[in-house]
Amino acid sequence: MLTFTIRRLLLSIPTLLFIAFVIFMLLELAPGDPMAQMPLTIPPEVKEKMRLALGLGEPWWVRFPLWLKQFFIVEPQYWIDSAFGTNFADGAQRIISFQSRSPVFDTIAQRMPQTLWVVGMSYVVGVLIALPIGIISAYRQYSVFDQTGTFVSMIGFSVPPFFSGVLLIVIFSVQLKWLPSIYDTTHVVNSWDSFVVQLRQMIMPVMVLALQTTAQVSRYMRASMLDNLTQDYVRTARAKGMSESVVVMKHVLRNSMIPVITVIALGIPAIFGGAIITEQIFKVNGLGQLLIIALQGNDIPMVMTITFLLAVLIVMMNLIADVLYGILDPRIRYD
Amino acid sequence: MTDTNMTAAPRSQWWDVWDQFKTHKGAVMGLGFLIFITLFCMLGPVVWDVDPGKLNIRNKNLRPIINALWDADAKVAWANPMGTDNLGRDIMANIMQGGRISLAVGWTAMVLALLIGTTIGVLAGYFRRFDGLLMRFTDLVLALPLLPLLLVMMLLFRDPLRAAFGPEQGIFILIVTGIGITSWMQTARIVRGDVMALKEREFVLAARSIGTPARRMITRHLLPNVLSPIMVSATLGLATAIITESALSFLGLGFPSDFPTWGKILFDSVDRMTSFPERVIWPGLAISLTVLSVNYIGDGLRDALDPRIRGL
Amino acid sequence: MKIKTALMGAVASLALAPMAFADAHEGERGRHGQLNIIYWQAPSILNPYLSGGTKDLESASMIVEPLARYNETGALVPYLAEEIPTVANGGVSEDLTSITWKLKSGLLWSDGSAVTSADVVFTAAYCMDPEGGCAQLSKFDGVENVEAIDDLTVKVTFDSAKPNPYGPFAGAQSPIIQAAQFADCMGAKAPECTDANFGPIGTGPFVVTDFRTNDVIQMAANENYRVEGQPAFATVTFKGGGDATAAGRAVMETGEFDYAWNMQLAPDVLASMAEGGVGTPISAFGTLVERLEMNLTNPSSDLPEGERSTVMHPHPFLSEFDVRHALSMAIDRELLVEVGYGQAGRPTCNLVPGPEIYASTDNTGCLTQDIEGAKALLEGAGWVDSNGDGIREKDGVELRILYQTSTNAVRQDFQALIKEWWGEIGVETELRNLDASVFFGGDPGSPDTFQKFYADVEMYANNFDGTDPQAYLSMYRCGNEPKPSSQWQGENINRFCDPAYDALIDELGATADIGARGDLMRRMNDMLTKNTMTIVPLVDRGRVSAKANTLGGVVLNTWDSELWNVAEWYRTGN
Repeated sequence: MLTFTIRRLLLSIPTLLFIAFVIFMLLELAPGDPMAQMPLTIPPEVKEKMRLALGLGEPWWVRFPLWLKQFFIVEPQYWIDSAFGTNFADGAQRIISFQSRSPVFDTIAQRMPQTLWVVGMSYVVGVLIALPIGIISAYRQYSVFDQTGTFVSMIGFSVPPFFSGVLLIVIFSVQLKWLPSIYDTTHVVNSWDSFVVQLRQMIMPVMVLALQTTAQVSRYMRASMLDNLTQDYVRTARAKGMSESVVVMKHVLRNSMIPVITVIALGIPAIFGGAIITEQIFKVNGLGQLLIIALQGNDIPMVMTITFLLAVLIVMMNLIADVLYGILDPRIRYD
Repeated sequence: MTDTNMTAAPRSQWWDVWDQFKTHKGAVMGLGFLIFITLFCMLGPVVWDVDPGKLNIRNKNLRPIINALWDADAKVAWANPMGTDNLGRDIMANIMQGGRISLAVGWTAMVLALLIGTTIGVLAGYFRRFDGLLMRFTDLVLALPLLPLLLVMMLLFRDPLRAAFGPEQGIFILIVTGIGITSWMQTARIVRGDVMALKEREFVLAARSIGTPARRMITRHLLPNVLSPIMVSATLGLATAIITESALSFLGLGFPSDFPTWGKILFDSVDRMTSFPERVIWPGLAISLTVLSVNYIGDGLRDALDPRIRGL
Repeated sequence: MKIKTALMGAVASLALAPMAFADAHEGERGRHGQLNIIYWQAPSILNPYLSGGTKDLESASMIVEPLARYNETGALVPYLAEEIPTVANGGVSEDLTSITWKLKSGLLWSDGSAVTSADVVFTAAYCMDPEGGCAQLSKFDGVENVEAIDDLTVKVTFDSAKPNPYGPFAGAQSPIIQAAQFADCMGAKAPECTDANFGPIGTGPFVVTDFRTNDVIQMAANENYRVEGQPAFATVTFKGGGDATAAGRAVMETGEFDYAWNMQLAPDVLASMAEGGVGTPISAFGTLVERLEMNLTNPSSDLPEGERSTVMHPHPFLSEFDVRHALSMAIDRELLVEVGYGQAGRPTCNLVPGPEIYASTDNTGCLTQDIEGAKALLEGAGWVDSNGDGIREKDGVELRILYQTSTNAVRQDFQALIKEWWGEIGVETELRNLDASVFFGGDPGSPDTFQKFYADVEMYANNFDGTDPQAYLSMYRCGNEPKPSSQWQGENINRFCDPAYDALIDELGATADIGARGDLMRRMNDMLTKNTMTIVPLVDRGRVSAKANTLGGVVLNTWDSELWNVAEWYRTGN
């Protein structure tokens, strides 16, 4: 397994470089213009000068290696410099956003807290609720619990957040005035009271997002448990006189985890990709909002950097999932 | 081989499946609703031949006819049983027309995603030599940002498809393909994971030891055993496809604005949710119930196709 | 240190705020505590020279100020300048080639240093740097030299006579920035100065304490602001993001915010929000006109690439005046306003709807819908439906229109209505809506930009900065059309070409008398609209914003930044 992991890690370097290239070419090909959001009152020749100032006059084979260099050499140099007070970077140009003319990594770091608070939390909550629901639903198939769970999770999944989010705001912010409709990203949690404030502003977006996660994960958990509960080894285990909890929680659950692990691992990069619509609705302004604004504004360095970081996460998470398969089911071999 | 016995009596086997399926109440109700909603959208416009795009500005903002039951002053008209929107378009006709497109997009995109996902998943899980390449390809597609991808597809294919199939068909193909080819990855990874585990099970080893060829191995032994996660993917995929379509039209990448779809009707009505709740309820209910019925049908089918349950 | 003191002041004044309500208009600086503003497009940068976006200009206008601003009537009022230079007071030279501004004395930057003419000179140099990519370069068009006469006097010399010399340093587009802060940020180095771009030192009522790009700005009252007792608010939270509906809800329904910008919402939605009782929509009119642009050239995809929508091929039917006229007659503008804009719109037939001195008053022929008249006109021009398919044709050419616009709920409603009316006069319409970032982008590789115009009719809104439409009307010069040889850049979207019109442009450039300019502009406006129906104006779009009922002093201004008088805002008693 160790050699497999090392081999895969090595292999992921060319994979990621290739992915970076494909993303870059995709952005290059896509129609769109960083000047699209400028007012029409700015004449075309001024816009052309602004494009040149952004470096768009260079062809792609100059800009792509430049981005690679900035991403893999200049940025780490800046991190080392700021950590140890050295001067490796020596004023080299960092990756600069077209929209804000500031280093993209600073903005990404600024967005991380709210995304982790809201999207990350909702994911944890969602998964923690989903697993027991899935297990109980399968174990007591067609019970009232199962039926309710199915109904709620399916309705929850098929109602898009642009509707459920607004519905929550109308009920809890407009009618009842219990919760704020706008997330305050500058809020600092340093006391119990400020934690309560944070909780109040988080609760609605977390609910909307967790509902989606719960629905998805619990369905896979349930289906996979159902498959395994009827297997011969379960009958054997029961015949051996093992207690029901050991049978279900140890043997069946372990064997049912493969699809669930896959889904959970695929969801983690999505956390960092943010939740575009939900973030917009509650004004959370995390990574999802950053990405969509960058996409709409054709902020190529920003889009490129965020999507590439996501690609790294995707590759890593899928690697972790593959390793976990092997641990869950030792019969799975990769070599 | 054992197969000959099974093919000799296919009729009785499918009757068994149907009998088992019938005992699943949810599945029967789901099937009933699905048939109803499909007929409603397909044949509805024949009976209810109101043009969904026809504006009637004098009769705008009519309430559904049932509102008259509790509110005598409600602005209603028999000509528009579900009410009209802010430009006076008949909501019932729009729900029918929108359902046609939403259902067609949902089903086609979902089936496309399932086909691609299952194929790639099975190939990668079963044949080790394809695994690396196919999974790295999956990583690549997962990493691609959807919006620029669709913009590029629009740029490259919209005009040729429009010329070949007309504006409506052309955009349909484009959207369905766009959604389909960007939503198969989860299915592929799940199927692959399950196939890798199944491949080492005793019954597969047994089948292999008697020389079962790979093709039959996959169709007879592996696919039936990964059916449940595929069913779940299908249900979730249908919902996602219908909703993604609405997100696309909201970004200006979907159908032209005069083609209603459920998702778009829902999106357009959210602003007026408090004054006209029915406008979000109709399309919301249509989407939710369709997804719910597909889910129940999936459950029923899974039970019916599992010989261990069917035998009981 | 500074930030901390400011924040302490904020906290203190927050506690005192209720007591100060009685005499709301006047009192000491920062007496009313916190002000919350929401813009549903989040500001990206606070340096207006690096971004032309409205959201960036307006947020920056609270911090940096120009020498003069336009007020709500469109008249220039001095801000940093002592008075508005004119020919009469000798500030503008007789031959209109130079303007001399005099700064108020005793002005201080928010860091306490003195504002001098050197800062004004630096501002011009900063924007005019050839490598800077300055977004407001057109404000400095024709500027030959900017020099400091003394510490408080600046003279701008133009290369030719400028009938409107108020381009540089007037309006939200060209505020004065501090030379000391931006000295190392000239030209290609502009983007490296993130701290300066995110927190410019200004003369405005507020200073930045925390700037998070595309998210939120925190500000505190500027202790060195030139007016005693202003601003009334000690701190400001300027939140960005979301959509217009959510912003409206936060001001008018939940009361979390005090001011929301650009409520582009259907009138019935806006009205039902206002019933919330904590806020009110406010509106004012400017020069923004939603219009249909007629393509005078052939966009057919049968033509080879590079010849589509170019002057080589005239449009098969839109090149005919009667067809364009009939299309305009079929439109009920009153209804469009009622559906899409309510109090924030009025029907118009003019390209230049204001200011009053320039607006054409007798161009009202399009205001009444005339379906029968349109039919008769087409009939008379030989466009008849001979094969009974409901679409008129002549010589084998059918009246089929591809009508495109950007994605936006109101525009899609307009498309549906107009398609319906055109259907009634026998014109078939195919609708297309495009992502705004593609449509308004200038990517020459994309077929969907508004400049490329691969459609028969397109709809969007445009206006001009400030009060002088000279540059705006000069866009329709022959040869200024987007074409392959200019990388599809160009402003003459319709590919309009009339030597008589070009002559008027030249005449306008040489005319200084305001009355004569008004006459010329009205003639040009009429040539583009009622005389040729090249541009079919639909709605004069006002600006709508929403303010909390407890917020006083707000004067909505469409000629400058909406936040132009934020220093004078205060909290009212109730």
